[in-house]
Amino acid sequence: MKLNNLGYLLKEGFRGIFLHGFMSFAAVCVTVACLVIVGSFSILAYNLDIMVEELNKTSEILVYIDTDLSDAEAKSIGTKINLLDNVLQSTFISREQALEDFIADHDGDSAFSGVQAQDLRHRYVVVLEDNTKMQQTDEQLKQLPGVAKTDAAYELAEGFTTIQNVLHMVSIAIIAVLLVVSLLIISNTVKLAMYDRKDEIAIMKMVGATNGFIRLPFVVEGFTLGMIGAVLAFGLEWVAYDSMIRKITEVDSLQLFTFVPFQEVLIPMVAVFGAAGMFVGIVGSWTSIRKFMDV
Amino acid sequence: MIQFIDVVKSYEQGNNALNGVTMQIEDGEFCFLVGPSGSGKSTIIKLITGELKPTSGAVHVNGYSLERIRRREIPYLRRTVGVVFQDFRLIDKMTVYENVAFAMRVVGAKEKEIKERVPYVLELVGLEGKMSRHPNEMSGGEQQRLAIARALVNNPSTIIADEPTGNLDPERSFEIMALLQEINNLGTTVLVVTHAQNLVELFGKRVIAIDEGLVVRDGTEEENVDEAE
Repeated sequence: MKLNNLGYLLKEGFRGIFLHGFMSFAAVCVTVACLVIVGSFSILAYNLDIMVEELNKTSEILVYIDTDLSDAEAKSIGTKINLLDNVLQSTFISREQALEDFIADHDGDSAFSGVQAQDLRHRYVVVLEDNTKMQQTDEQLKQLPGVAKTDAAYELAEGFTTIQNVLHMVSIAIIAVLLVVSLLIISNTVKLAMYDRKDEIAIMKMVGATNGFIRLPFVVEGFTLGMIGAVLAFGLEWVAYDSMIRKITEVDSLQLFTFVPFQEVLIPMVAVFGAAGMFVGIVGSWTSIRKFMDV
Repeated sequence: MIQFIDVVKSYEQGNNALNGVTMQIEDGEFCFLVGPSGSGKSTIIKLITGELKPTSGAVHVNGYSLERIRRREIPYLRRTVGVVFQDFRLIDKMTVYENVAFAMRVVGAKEKEIKERVPYVLELVGLEGKMSRHPNEMSGGEQQRLAIARALVNNPSTIIADEPTGNLDPERSFEIMALLQEINNLGTTVLVVTHAQNLVELFGKRVIAIDEGLVVRDGTEEENVDEAE
């Protein structure tokens, strides 16, 4: 392709956007709507994932120390616990501290007034890196000399892991469906724009334009419309997300929900919106023009 | 040169549009293609422009063999054949100048060439004073002149006019035929598909008559009459 032709083709691609203003507007609106829906769901899924992850981190194993061990020996077990693979951190709780906590938990209940620190054990609260390996780590903790018994909430940890896995699968499925639907809608909108120009394409074919020459301006046009849609959708998503977080934070006095700031997902969002806009623009125009090329 | 050798064209529905057409149109000839509706005239045009491939037989157009032409060669074949339609097929949102220039641009012509060639061709068809008009502001005869200018602008060796006078009154029809005759005088092969028997008789050129997918007559009106007698 000659350089002067390339300049003409690019110019034609941009000119087409303005020449068919209404169809261009429709294509951009549809792209923005679809990308905002996909983007909102993706960011919501990401936040839910993080919330479940945080909740899962609260699953811990209580390690009770043999009563025969002295205070110093009990404290030294912490080093061995921390050496285990899956242990993120362990906190020593002396039997005196445990009693204080116990009394605080049963404030004013006379039934427990006779409980002494010696009746309780020294213990460790062990937080894991990966709760899916809780059972395995629990077994390792039980094997440590000086450990009397452990208390691990497997079911709770497994429950969180299941919720997270289901959330991942559902998110991926919904995002995939939304992307396919968006692609179909955008492709159909671009197809309508092409239908509007089928006579022009037929004339180009008739006078001997090559397929590449006919296709390139439409692809440039599709790419540009896709990118305009992506930029607008990105801006809209940012503003909407920030204002949503502000509103939720105002009413969520218990801080039940925690949301990541938009800046944290800025780069992946730019990449996803940019790639999606470019993909739907190019693929949409490429596939729809093919229909009108068989003249 | 356009050459058909025993050409058969069958459509998927099973009906044969052409049943063994053999004909030859030499470079620089002026020729009419006549026949009733459904006789196979449109199929012949589509074979010449590479829209269709023959089922059997051979079609040669300006050095291209249509039975084995590659898809990517078809645009180059079409640059040798300018086509004019009954319904003009102009782009209303473009001016007269742009409609013609567009045909040059899409085959990759340089802007300098376009600026020189378009006014020349518009002058040839008598539209030199109407370059900034739009097709919908012009009469049917003028629109057909514009369609001829567009077909001519890339300097094809052959012009095919498919019912070029179908939408025009007798006077304008005569003018268009005269214009095609003038183009032929400049060396371009002209093939006119028409139902207008009066024009065929008036111009006294070679007539190829098609019926039920076969050539039933080939010669000037005079020769055909002599043959019939």
